[in-house]
Amino acid sequence: MTDTQANDIYRDGRFLADGWTYLADDDPVPADGAVFLSLSRFLADLAVLRGRNAPTGVVVEAGEDVRSIADEFAHVAAVAVAFPKFTDGRGYSTARILREDLGFDGEIRAVGDVLIDQIALMRRCGIDAFAVSHAPTRAALEAGHVPRVDHYYQPAGRADEVPTGTRPWLRRPA
Amino acid sequence: MYRYDEFDQEFVDQRIAQFSDQVRRRLKGELNEDQFKPLRLMNGVYLQLHAYMLRVCVPYGTLNSRQMRKLAHIARTYDRGYGHFTTRQNIQFNWPKLSDVPAILKELAEVEMHAIQTSGNCIRNTTADHLAGAADDEIADPRPYAEIIRQWSSLHPEFTFLPRKFKFAITGAPHDRAAIQVHDIGMQIVRSEAGDLGFKVYVGGGQGRTPLVAKLVRDFLPEEDLIAYSEAILRVYNRYGRRDNKYKARIKILVHETGIDELRGDIEAEFEKIRHGVLQLPADEVRRIETYFALPPLDPAATSARFDAKSAGNPAFAAWAERNVHPHKVTGHASVTISLKPIGGVPGDASAEQMEAVADIAETFSFDELRVSHEQNLILPHVRLDDLDKVHDALVAADLAEGNAGLITDIIACPGLDYCALANARSIPIAQEISERFGNAERQRAIGDLKIKISGCINACGHHHVGHIGILGVEKKGEELYQLTLGGSADETTSIGAIIGRGFAGDRIVDAVETVVETYLKLRANDNETFLAAYRRVGDAPFKEALYGTA
Ligand code: SF4
Repeated sequence: MTDTQANDIYRDGRFLADGWTYLADDDPVPADGAVFLSLSRFLADLAVLRGRNAPTGVVVEAGEDVRSIADEFAHVAAVAVAFPKFTDGRGYSTARILREDLGFDGEIRAVGDVLIDQIALMRRCGIDAFAVSHAPTRAALEAGHVPRVDHYYQPAGRADEVPTGTRPWLRRPA
Repeated sequence: MYRYDEFDQEFVDQRIAQFSDQVRRRLKGELNEDQFKPLRLMNGVYLQLHAYMLRVCVPYGTLNSRQMRKLAHIARTYDRGYGHFTTRQNIQFNWPKLSDVPAILKELAEVEMHAIQTSGNCIRNTTADHLAGAADDEIADPRPYAEIIRQWSSLHPEFTFLPRKFKFAITGAPHDRAAIQVHDIGMQIVRSEAGDLGFKVYVGGGQGRTPLVAKLVRDFLPEEDLIAYSEAILRVYNRYGRRDNKYKARIKILVHETGIDELRGDIEAEFEKIRHGVLQLPADEVRRIETYFALPPLDPAATSARFDAKSAGNPAFAAWAERNVHPHKVTGHASVTISLKPIGGVPGDASAEQMEAVADIAETFSFDELRVSHEQNLILPHVRLDDLDKVHDALVAADLAEGNAGLITDIIACPGLDYCALANARSIPIAQEISERFGNAERQRAIGDLKIKISGCINACGHHHVGHIGILGVEKKGEELYQLTLGGSADETTSIGAIIGRGFAGDRIVDAVETVVETYLKLRANDNETFLAAYRRVGDAPFKEALYGTA
């Protein structure tokens, strides 16, 4: 693919430098700086991480149960939801469970195979930041060209969607 | 029937704009075929053997004459003058150009139709009893619920990239004409002891290479929980359904491997978290949706004097009416099957001229209403008995008056090797040959109710597993071979047919079917014992012996 290796993140309508580092499971955890850890490492090293004075994030792979960190949100600044292939839709459920069931209010970012045609769906599921390497997707985002249908037939528990039309389940962006 | 309001129309228009943009990017090369594929599939565009195919949604099989005329127009303008009605109550066009698809979608939107989610690993068209709203045995019309499911599932943000496709079917009658037990979710409307409406919910039925009958997951689901419970099932499936092997990715495998009791626990736990939230259906809103599907103003004093006289005087008419006319909940009326199974024809095909003729008939005699049945026929739901002879005359003129509903020539067949890139063998020519062989009207009638279903490969789009006689095309050493299964059924006594023995070559399979039928005729207890009943009584043995000899 014609991908660029980017260490930025798309959030609030633009690409910003990303202050986060993704650590491998055998990398030491630095005292400072924002770092993402795997879910298994996060759970294994909880005792130490609870005392850490810098932002810690958790990468939730497709197939991992995000409910396993539900009691530790005080120590989780961000969650990265992995989309190993854009056709693997498990991350959508992960994101909605995080936002709507568990009430997580930190950043949820999509990582992996993040493409332009899925971004609107990801947003509705509560994802608010996107790590994008696919070049045409980056170009489209930069041009503000996000294809979407903003008439929703189902409530998805987001504060920025409001009821509309005659039926109680219809929503549109606020 | 359901009518779009402004919201629905804007939704479809936006979706067309979005898809048109995707087609443009594909044609420009910004999207490669891998990236385009799931997008076009979300919108019903398949790549077949020879061309793209566009599958248009007919929600729960209900349409009006204006929509039918539009389908005829599309067949004539963008295709080769015909369309093919499918086992999912949809219609597909086999020869559109990709660059024409945006224009076709715009034309469809003018009559409140679309191709959204007619393919892809998402929630597909919800199918329903084709006699919904008319059948004399129904508890409630299933279509308002199917419409609510349609809305909820349209571009659902969480369930657009499921492990595999997902199909709902719903029936409002205890006699199941919608094959609910071979769907991912099957719903049957029931009344609780207190008199409240709700659903029996089945999950994990399906065909394909691992045919499984659905399991009952809930005895009684209150009406207000229809969507919350569906969302719970879909969430469990989206998270835990297998993604390592596309042949094991349907929810039936998850049910089978996890066990229905454990899975029910997961579903109920998810349901508990959301059941009292925004997905709860307000009863007054359900009642309001129901008004779209209200019975047209039928005259309860309608008589049948003319019908009786015509039946007595015209044996061809009487014979047609005996098979193709079904009881209606309002006296003096009936529902009519318009057979798309002419003797020797392609099951489910209709020409543009035939679609227009059917539209005219529906407008004049059936309150403008039409249905597509999952058996690939068309239905006029509300016809006065005393108009039936006029309907019959009009059908004769359009070459649509075959009186074979439910008989051996009323065959379901998948497109097979004539169109489908996955096929092992031809289905349509086999269906045509069987139809010719048994086409004699007296012979068919003497055989009685018998459903033959034919698939060109193990994906089972032709529902062979649930055919009383099923035929499956397989490939062996480069040759097309056909396997016979017996005893399948897709009604409230759903069963998967059993393979009877080794397969037959293409030039022998119709003889084999004839052997099975002749064997049945010899052993049936009386003229009223159907093939299925007889098979269930005697089992495989006599058929095996007739087909393969005793050795
Ligand atoms: S059953 Fe096989 S051959 Fe027939 S339409 Fe389906 S995939 Fe194609």
